[in-house]
Amino acid sequence: MPAEPVKFAVPKMYQILDENGKCNEAEMPKLTNDELRKIYENLVYARMLDGRILNLQREGRCGTYASSLGQEATQVGSAFALGKDDWLFPYFREIGAHITRGLPMHLYLLYWMGDERGSKVPEGLNDFVISIPVGTQNLHATGVAMAMRLKGDKKAAMVYLGDGATSEGDFHEAMNFAGVFKAPVIFVCQNNQWAISLPLSKQTASKTLAQKAVAYGFDGYLVDGNDVFAVLKVAREAAERAKAGGGPTFIECVTYRMSDHTTADDAGRYRTPQEVENWKKRDPIERVRKYMEVKGLWDEVYEKSVVEKANKMIEDDVREAEATPPAEPDDMFDYLYDKIPKNLADQKAEVLAFLKRGA
Amino acid sequence: MIMNMVQAINSALSQEMERDPSVVLLGEDIGKDGGVFRVTEGLYQKFGDQRVIDTPLAESGIVGTSIGMALYGMRPVGEIQFDGFVFPAIDQLINHAARIRNRTRGRFSVPLTLRVPFSGGIRALEHHSDSPETYFVHAPGLKVVVPSGPYEAKGLLISSIRDPDPVVFMEPKRIYRAIKEEVPEEEYTIPIGEAKIVQAGGDVTVITYGAMLKTVREAISTLNDKYSIELIDLRTLSPLDTDSIISSVQKTGRCVIVNEAAKTLGMAAEIIARINEKALLNLEAPVERVTGYDTIMPLPKTEHYYLPNPDRIRQGIEKVMGF
Repeated sequence: MPAEPVKFAVPKMYQILDENGKCNEAEMPKLTNDELRKIYENLVYARMLDGRILNLQREGRCGTYASSLGQEATQVGSAFALGKDDWLFPYFREIGAHITRGLPMHLYLLYWMGDERGSKVPEGLNDFVISIPVGTQNLHATGVAMAMRLKGDKKAAMVYLGDGATSEGDFHEAMNFAGVFKAPVIFVCQNNQWAISLPLSKQTASKTLAQKAVAYGFDGYLVDGNDVFAVLKVAREAAERAKAGGGPTFIECVTYRMSDHTTADDAGRYRTPQEVENWKKRDPIERVRKYMEVKGLWDEVYEKSVVEKANKMIEDDVREAEATPPAEPDDMFDYLYDKIPKNLADQKAEVLAFLKRGA
Repeated sequence: MIMNMVQAINSALSQEMERDPSVVLLGEDIGKDGGVFRVTEGLYQKFGDQRVIDTPLAESGIVGTSIGMALYGMRPVGEIQFDGFVFPAIDQLINHAARIRNRTRGRFSVPLTLRVPFSGGIRALEHHSDSPETYFVHAPGLKVVVPSGPYEAKGLLISSIRDPDPVVFMEPKRIYRAIKEEVPEEEYTIPIGEAKIVQAGGDVTVITYGAMLKTVREAISTLNDKYSIELIDLRTLSPLDTDSIISSVQKTGRCVIVNEAAKTLGMAAEIIARINEKALLNLEAPVERVTGYDTIMPLPKTEHYYLPNPDRIRQGIEKVMGF
């Protein structure tokens, strides 16, 4: 018999709610009406705040920003699956996840406005901070999960990565450690089709990203990332499995980066408007609205209240972020070490003396 | 008890693991095998595979997951097998471990110790004899500690493990077994950030660290008390104990610095800059550097040309004294 290569079948992309709002009720995750409304409100708040930050950036009131437009369902659905004691590790495009976890969003604004204090996550919230170097955060989440397992804590860590991050060495090392140590970690891959200008087809020769998990000895799922219920269902099951000692899960959420990579990018240089138009039809929020309307949970009056509430929160977020006075120069010295070493204290004194003389 | 440096480090690890259940070890072949230098020998048998963790062969993975464990309240002690293999982990060390306290304004911190056997003179393979310490010294947020013998190694390692910030603990493998001395069996600490005056003197200050301390001592003994030499062992490279250096140079007016690493931007360069800032007018001679060269560390057949030896060091001292 001739040698046969290793092969396995890739299942169809998992979907519960299609782009027209048609729902496969048998697969729906268990949700109360209040939870359904909460999910919808988080999706709307995420999109509106994201849009507002883009405007702030254009007005010169915010620095370079990476928009989450179009990826809200992946972010809200996955984070909604976590409990308060679980940990979350973002990369830098997870506005919906931060909202869902309850991060005070003026901090998120403060960070993108260029202030480290935006990364001072409140005590009690087990959310790590934005990670700009691509793929490195996967190891941090895996390490936290390894520690959870060592301590016998029934918790899970969730980490976000993009399609581009799957090319990084740290992605491989994290997936491998997670598999070997059966770490309770959930890799949520926001496959938004583009890593700045590089399309997925040039990022990998792999048919799917989900299948990569197989090589590390655990399950990977291919999910419609614009279907908040499908993402939530698969993420919830992954969290339950992780907490029961079943180890890691990889979830590929197929979605689309509707915006430029960041405000410093122009996607028109490398992709067609037609492609973006096609994905607009698969919008993640519109289909939830349609579903809720059929269920009698959505009408114009409700929509108005949701938008008003989001607008108010956004105004509060912006006001609070902009009202934060700039940090003192001491700040860049005071948090490098637990106790400031003498050499650094001398440099701090030098800056302060210089500034005093200047005034 | 008389110990070599391998035994002293083993004793420090064992006692810290007994004292604090959050201390865990991670590294390649550190479990049943006890590490390639046998530094962790017996610890796997004593503490089990949950606390002496044999990891897959991945340095970035060791440091990256250690960061995660530290965020979760553990005190991981990672081992990199050889100096030349630390580079895949540098991204995690410099971009993450070093920055996390600062970028979260103290909300998160990384009490991680990374043990890295380093430097040459043991006729090892390529990439097994390098001196990469100043890469870490250049990274704000890290501490860099280098013991010069068994006694220093135990006390400094215990301090490093207890330190609330990330410490790169560099072990000069050339003296793993070359020095045997009295080391207390009980635990003790040596403060990080303080140099040690190994011997007091008035004519010239000689500053060094790590394996070179032994070599400098050999050089000094061949001088037969010709000069009164003040010998300083830095012990910590970051933060550097500037005060001890400056007060010694102010007293002697002459200084020789010995480091095995490449000359350009080595520790000697920074020390000279600090002397220039604070004690230039005390100098009676230009400060002399005796270092490795700005070359790739040679393979075993020619590494002796590269390594500072007692003759080169004695020559450096004579040059400064004869100025």
